[in-house]
Amino acid sequence: MSRVAQRLAAARAQGRAALIGYLPAGFPDLATSRALLTGMVAGGVDVVEVGLPYSDPVLDGPTVAAAADIALRAGTRTADVLAATATLAGQGAAALVMTYWNPVERYGVGRFAADLAAAGGSGLITPDLTPDEAGDWLVASQAHELDRVFLLAPSSTTRRIELTVAACRGFVYAASVMGVTGTRAVTSAAAPQLVARIRARTDLPVCVGLGVSTPEQAAEVAGYADGVIVGSAFVRAVLDAAGPRQAVSAVTRLAEELAAGVRSGNESVATGVARNPSGVSEH
Amino acid sequence: MTAAGAHPGDELTPEESGHFGRYGGRFVPEALMAALDELTEAYHQAMTDPGFGVELDRLHRTYSGRPSPLTEARRLSEHAGGARLLLKREDLNHTGSHKINNVLGQALLTRRMGKTRVIAETGAGQHGVATATAAALLGLDAVVYMGEEDTRRQALNVVRMRLLGAEVVPVHAGSRTLKDAINEAMRDWVTNVESTHYLLGTVTGPHPFPSMVRDFQRIIGDEARSQVLDLVGRLPDAVCACVGGGSNAMGIFTAFLDDPVALHGFEAGGEGVASGRHAARMSGGSPGVLHGARTYILQDADGQTLPSYSISAGLDYPGVGPQHAWLHDTGRVSYRPVSDTEAMDAFALLCRTEGIIPAIESAHAVAGALQVGAELGPEAVVLVSLSGRGDKDVTTAASWFGLAEAGQP
Repeated sequence: MSRVAQRLAAARAQGRAALIGYLPAGFPDLATSRALLTGMVAGGVDVVEVGLPYSDPVLDGPTVAAAADIALRAGTRTADVLAATATLAGQGAAALVMTYWNPVERYGVGRFAADLAAAGGSGLITPDLTPDEAGDWLVASQAHELDRVFLLAPSSTTRRIELTVAACRGFVYAASVMGVTGTRAVTSAAAPQLVARIRARTDLPVCVGLGVSTPEQAAEVAGYADGVIVGSAFVRAVLDAAGPRQAVSAVTRLAEELAAGVRSGNESVATGVARNPSGVSEH
Repeated sequence: MTAAGAHPGDELTPEESGHFGRYGGRFVPEALMAALDELTEAYHQAMTDPGFGVELDRLHRTYSGRPSPLTEARRLSEHAGGARLLLKREDLNHTGSHKINNVLGQALLTRRMGKTRVIAETGAGQHGVATATAAALLGLDAVVYMGEEDTRRQALNVVRMRLLGAEVVPVHAGSRTLKDAINEAMRDWVTNVESTHYLLGTVTGPHPFPSMVRDFQRIIGDEARSQVLDLVGRLPDAVCACVGGGSNAMGIFTAFLDDPVALHGFEAGGEGVASGRHAARMSGGSPGVLHGARTYILQDADGQTLPSYSISAGLDYPGVGPQHAWLHDTGRVSYRPVSDTEAMDAFALLCRTEGIIPAIESAHAVAGALQVGAELGPEAVVLVSLSGRGDKDVTTAASWFGLAEAGQP
């Protein structure tokens, strides 16, 4: 069981959803980025998604796309992302890398898997790689016991849900809305339904992302999901901060508020969408 | 790669699952997979429905003016070693380029799928104009994404699209060219996929676009093949086309793939492949994944997309259709770069020897044909895809040739 899977299981044992926080590595620069990621963990994030900045992020809205652009302009390289992951893992944190596919293919799928495992990373979230094209990654992740987190969307057919959960390892990422990353005023009505459809077909934890930004929204999603994924709100906090030190405290504070949110959400768990009583199972 | 796993029990050929050797495929967010399946299904149904073919054929004949003529370029021939040059005149289509062939097909499909809105990306503006045209004709809402840089260098086409009732959205992100317009169109599609069809303009992107757009464009080569046979009594020795995304090239090549005919694709060499300022994906790029498919792309050591460059907005793109990547690897088609200077020399020559102002994109094919003709000699017959006309390019040409007086456009 990966470290990420362990953290999700521990949260479930506490009767609450886990909090998963996203920030791109190297944003706004490498030194600040290290402090931000550490601050996010200190604030109470259970799992960190380390973003690999990419030039053409088609599933990202303007906020995360701007962050990727800033990180690339600051000179962030693939090796820096692996180093940031190693730093987090060294501090005991559970970390995955979220990446578009081409940088992995360019690095070499097998080599990337080996270096990610050596860095202590738990696996990959792949927004533009579905199991259909993931042959090399299925092999490499198996060899290095890495998590494979594929996304599902409200438009996913039953056949695609079955295909995808069969290929996932660690957890399943449920995209709450049809759309790109970014903060939204209201959470999605489609998300609880999608989570229920996924749960009917897998024992893996189901974590919900896209459009969750406030403690209230986190609490609501925590009522029916195993994990709450927050990205754009962390990026926004950094973009709005006056300087690096303010950015670190803003990110830490946001993590604390969201961590409280997922804990208040557990009150609705008992009455919410039925959870799988058997707990986490290895896939 | 694992297409068989995606469709358990289905016996799909590589092409049916959207693969050309190791190229192609579907590298897109899961949110789009259902729409791509729906589109594939609708496309296959349409292709077997005689009614669809009749409707498309009617529009080709009565609306865009097909078949497009084949023009023998007798005076230009002197500059091509005496080889006979036959121009397939896609520049004479309604809207001024081959783009309308694909757009009419996809617009009819949009209606069949019950969708009411189309979105499109455009570089030079030719695909955007064709999309705006078909949307007006069929009563669809149209939104066209165009890099801010391109809205400046192709201002005429921005006005044409707006006159036709389309919304033109300038894209300020990244390099502000075609690549970024595609990113923005894909974001729109992920968000609005239920009501919206992404009317992709070339043979790139996720399956089924590379195959479907090729099939809608193959009319260029099917017509040209029989026109050449009628005119000269035999097949041409060579076929030349420019390759941006590569839709006019796939359109004309497809009819000749099984013939003993040399096929030549000409990419934008810009200021030279060695300069780094080019859009020559085959000679200056490497295999990677961009905008939904594995193909040849311009990328750095970390797989970040590198900016492309060409004097021609329509060829200024860091990726290329995956079937071209495959045809390059197999050696069936030869791909060579043509520099800005070579293209503009050919542009001027075609204007003055034949009275035809070509699109700068198509001038790359003409420049290539001059080289191929010189290599093959006076007995040779060379077919050239003249994919578009050059009205949109007069400002660029005026500045290149120094034709406009200072302060006088």
